[in-house]
Amino acid sequence: MSNIPQELRYTKSHEWVKLEDDGTLTIGITDHAQQLLGDLVFVEVPEEGVSIGEGDDCAVVESVKAASDVYAPVTGEIVASNEALADAPEIINQDPYGDGWIFKIKPDDSNDYNSLMDADAYAEMIAEEEN
Amino acid sequence: MGKRTPLYDMHIAQGAKMVDFGGWDMPLNYGSQIEEHHQVRKDAGMFDVSHMTIVDLGGERVREFLRYLLANDVARLKEPGKALYSCMLNQEGGVIDDLIVYGLTDTLFRMVVNASTRDKDLHWIEKQAVPYGVTLRLRDDFTMIAVQGPKARQKTHKALGELADAVEDLGVFYMREVGGMAIARTGYTGEDGYEIMLAKEKASTLWSRLLEAEVKPCGLGARDTLRLEAGMNLYGADMDESVTPLESGLAWTVAWEPAERDFIGREALQRQRERGVKNKLVGLVLEEKGVLRNHQKVYVNGLVAGEITSGSFSPTLGKSIAFARVPATIGTQCKVEVRNKLLSARVVKPPFVRNGKACI
Repeated sequence: MSNIPQELRYTKSHEWVKLEDDGTLTIGITDHAQQLLGDLVFVEVPEEGVSIGEGDDCAVVESVKAASDVYAPVTGEIVASNEALADAPEIINQDPYGDGWIFKIKPDDSNDYNSLMDADAYAEMIAEEEN
Repeated sequence: MGKRTPLYDMHIAQGAKMVDFGGWDMPLNYGSQIEEHHQVRKDAGMFDVSHMTIVDLGGERVREFLRYLLANDVARLKEPGKALYSCMLNQEGGVIDDLIVYGLTDTLFRMVVNASTRDKDLHWIEKQAVPYGVTLRLRDDFTMIAVQGPKARQKTHKALGELADAVEDLGVFYMREVGGMAIARTGYTGEDGYEIMLAKEKASTLWSRLLEAEVKPCGLGARDTLRLEAGMNLYGADMDESVTPLESGLAWTVAWEPAERDFIGREALQRQRERGVKNKLVGLVLEEKGVLRNHQKVYVNGLVAGEITSGSFSPTLGKSIAFARVPATIGTQCKVEVRNKLLSARVVKPPFVRNGKACI
């Protein structure tokens, strides 16, 4: 079964979101998403400094099997991207919630984070998808 | 729920992720498809290929019949157990299926055809066989396990115990019947190894012995990237009834000589050859970051010229590779539309990898 850390927030499109102390948000794909995709072989991360809107596709993760977009959970500015993924996309398979982070956003409105799903809601959504 | 092979419970016990494949519940991977791929390139892996259809053809005129049915010539099968890869064509030269045929005796041949084409193949063969008095016997009592990799034979010999003596000198592309099994030195990965046909009820015993001999189970995911690297076509993706072998990188499987041999599709192929074959199947190696996928468009000089038929990531080469059907006049470079971007690809002649070594 997939791991869903309690302290994170989640999106319908299977991103996880972590609120950092400085108010920025770190984003990656969930353990459930990486399991569905299988071995990742290519990751395209967004450029730093770019403004993005909630729901915009801003990264791509490709496995042997399929390509999948990664969407911005909130509106804001990209402040960091995980460049290590270019040479080692498998980090996402190995550590989806840690070293496998994909990008960081400085949100325009800090309240947007609070409207994201919590761990229980995400777990419930996955359970429904599987039935 | 799909059909289950005799090894279904073994797959579940080993944590396989199961998928539907042509109506069968088959293992996609047992954790990591890429690790399974490397296992076959470097050591030994095994695949449950029980979904493949095995059919025996018997009769006094069976050789004559197969010389008419198949584009390759079974007259090349001069010794017992010798195997031949061939396409089976329709009258227009379109590929009904690709298969391996084994000559067992003068009056008995065995064919292994694809799972996805089973019904149409059998219907077609039965219809053509009537005038020759050839009878078909479906071997659904058999199951098939493929063991592939540089250490596949050595480890299979260990699993077979004393029966191994009987196959140690078996040549490449030969089959031999041993202790109720039919062991063939064939495969679909570009590595040495065996494909073993045996009674269904004995499948899990052999699978367990192979596990004990440290052969790792591998899923259909790795099987697909292995065959792509090895330059082997997949029916339904790289060719079907709408194209001929000449447009599918399979001209080498068409036996034109002797000229007096008539086979189904010959006239159509000859006409196509005389007019000039417009398209061909080539290999592509992506020179930029990204992954080539089936049905992506291939561009030459800014115009759509063809399409990818099989695309994936090559674990051995660490970059994306594909087969594409393109104009025969294509040069050494093209572009592929990958997620709304045109990326550069190099045109190559498959295989990409053979016996563990890159060849492009």
